Amino acid sequence: MQSDLVEKVRNNPQYQELVAKRSVFAWTLAIIMLAAYYAYILVVAFAPASLGQTLSGGTTTIGIPIGVAIIVFSFILTGIYVWRANTEFDELTRQVKEAVK
Amino acid sequence: MRYLSVFAGLASLLWAVSALAAGEPAVGPVEKQAVNVTAIVMFLMFVAATLAITYWAARRTKTAKDFYTAGGGITGFQNGLAIAGDYMSAASFLGIAGLVYSKGYDGLIYSIGFLVGWPIIMFLMAEQLRNLGKYTFADVASYRLGQTPIRALAACGSLTVVLLYLIAQMVGAGQLIQTLFGLEYWMAVVLVGILMIMYVTFGGMLATTWVQIIKAVLLLAGATLMAGLVLSQFGFSFEALFTKAVEVHKDGIKIMAPGGLVSDPVSAISLGLGLMFGTAGLPHILMRFFTVSNAKEARKSVFYATGFIGYFYILTFTIGFGAIVLVSTDPQYLDAAKKLIGGGNMPAIHLAHAVGGNILLGFISAVAFATILAVVSGLTLAGASAVSHDLYASVFRHGNVNEVDEMRISKIATVVLGILAIYLGIQFQNQNVAFMVGLAFAIAASANFPILILSIYWSKLTTRGAALGGFMGLATALILVIIGPTVWKDVLGNAEAIFPYKYPALFSMTVAFVATWLFSITDNSDRAKIDRAAYEAQNLRCQTGIGAEGAAVH
Repeated sequence: MQSDLVEKVRNNPQYQELVAKRSVFAWTLAIIMLAAYYAYILVVAFAPASLGQTLSGGTTTIGIPIGVAIIVFSFILTGIYVWRANTEFDELTRQVKEAVK
Repeated sequence: MRYLSVFAGLASLLWAVSALAAGEPAVGPVEKQAVNVTAIVMFLMFVAATLAITYWAARRTKTAKDFYTAGGGITGFQNGLAIAGDYMSAASFLGIAGLVYSKGYDGLIYSIGFLVGWPIIMFLMAEQLRNLGKYTFADVASYRLGQTPIRALAACGSLTVVLLYLIAQMVGAGQLIQTLFGLEYWMAVVLVGILMIMYVTFGGMLATTWVQIIKAVLLLAGATLMAGLVLSQFGFSFEALFTKAVEVHKDGIKIMAPGGLVSDPVSAISLGLGLMFGTAGLPHILMRFFTVSNAKEARKSVFYATGFIGYFYILTFTIGFGAIVLVSTDPQYLDAAKKLIGGGNMPAIHLAHAVGGNILLGFISAVAFATILAVVSGLTLAGASAVSHDLYASVFRHGNVNEVDEMRISKIATVVLGILAIYLGIQFQNQNVAFMVGLAFAIAASANFPILILSIYWSKLTTRGAALGGFMGLATALILVIIGPTVWKDVLGNAEAIFPYKYPALFSMTVAFVATWLFSITDNSDRAKIDRAAYEAQNLRCQTGIGAEGAAVH
């Protein structure tokens, strides 16, 4: 990329907004995911019996819905990111490209 | 599209023929070692369809961009299916179902570990890869760094991962096909090798992607059907299924909670790290982000892939429990010693017979074979790209290479890798290869992932830091696996392992990140100044996609 274009993009307010918003959003979601997963792994490592408690008196244990919930939660988190990125972030990107053309 | 309708017609015709053949009365209980006609007919249908696709793809694969990335015109939904297909290997279908069958809940812990890498890829890497890369992940890692060392390192990382994965898949293919189809081990390995060479050399990424998509649809459909048939026997109640499973399993209620698989905290965390970040360093997966046209499609791919993979793991879990109830209690699936016929990977296959008779058994067997074929094709293409695009074009020819030569090298590399895979597959026939996929993940997490993520996000990264850090991560992962329990004790037969943990990622990733950091911040060379100064321009392209590779117009 030529240095004048770099300069132009860098000083564009929409670009700064895009970078700031997306970084915060992406890292927040990533940390939420890491926290959820490692909380689960630490329970598996340190207190496996707690996942083996019965859910409602039957055979199904608490560990089953928790495990399935992490799978569903991962999918929902990616959905949330896609939804915001494909609307808000892509619109900002379009504005940046328009402005520096 | 015309070709696809021809394919659909052909497939349904062959299906009808095979259904007729399968309709003949079966003689007594199925002999697993005997030639399985239904499975072979269905598998031949799949091969015919995929060869038709390869023919179609070959006519559209003209440039290097077509060969490496299918022209960059795959949609997000298609790519999501293809990524899910790469991930849903026979190892994860049969292996995780087998793990659930023997250990119950522990299978779910593995599944979750395999899945949670995807959101991380989505948030931190998917669109960045798309915006910065061209054909291989080394394009991204070496974007602003010294080409020769970083490309060489990335190619080593890719090839090691690809070869380990290939050996595991080939040995798995041989053993599976021996049991399922009654073919000789070596014949199965040679067949897989030849078909994969054909798909990749003639059809490139376009054929590889469509083979993967078709297989993903078949596998998802087959697994859904099996899980549905299992649940239908329990009034669609998981509680009823679990209760019956606990009743018949030798470990009883223990199968409903985490067991001995991850016993100590260090192993648990190390395994978790390896699974999560290994995914983000697998070359054949990363390569798929270059087949879509822009960042938006790249994001959609991960969204769909995460959905399909998550759904698939829930099915696999159900299938594993179904097999506990329906397979472990049925003497026709057990040998004289009450062991499962065909070994620990077979519960899902036997379950197909238990719930759907010979037709479903044939279908699932054919799908399992197709899965191996599709996964090894993707792996081989990733390996060939590392040889031709990274080693040949960038390291040996310093970028002074024309497209025709580069394509020729990649096709030669494909054939060589294919032959190597056949050879190693036969050599490793009687070896324990279970550790190889785990090792591949550990290397991907410790060599490929650190240099990739740091090159995208850390402005102070230098060529020296990345090269030394990546190399040390690779070496540490390799050494720790060799002196750890899986190789030192189980493969080499020593009494005690030198390194006590099975999963090296916690240590090898730490080594990689610390070394990369240390050798970068202390780097005062001229090259380091260039590396740091180029970060801003890289970041602009990464953030906005200005200057990124577009889709080829067909």
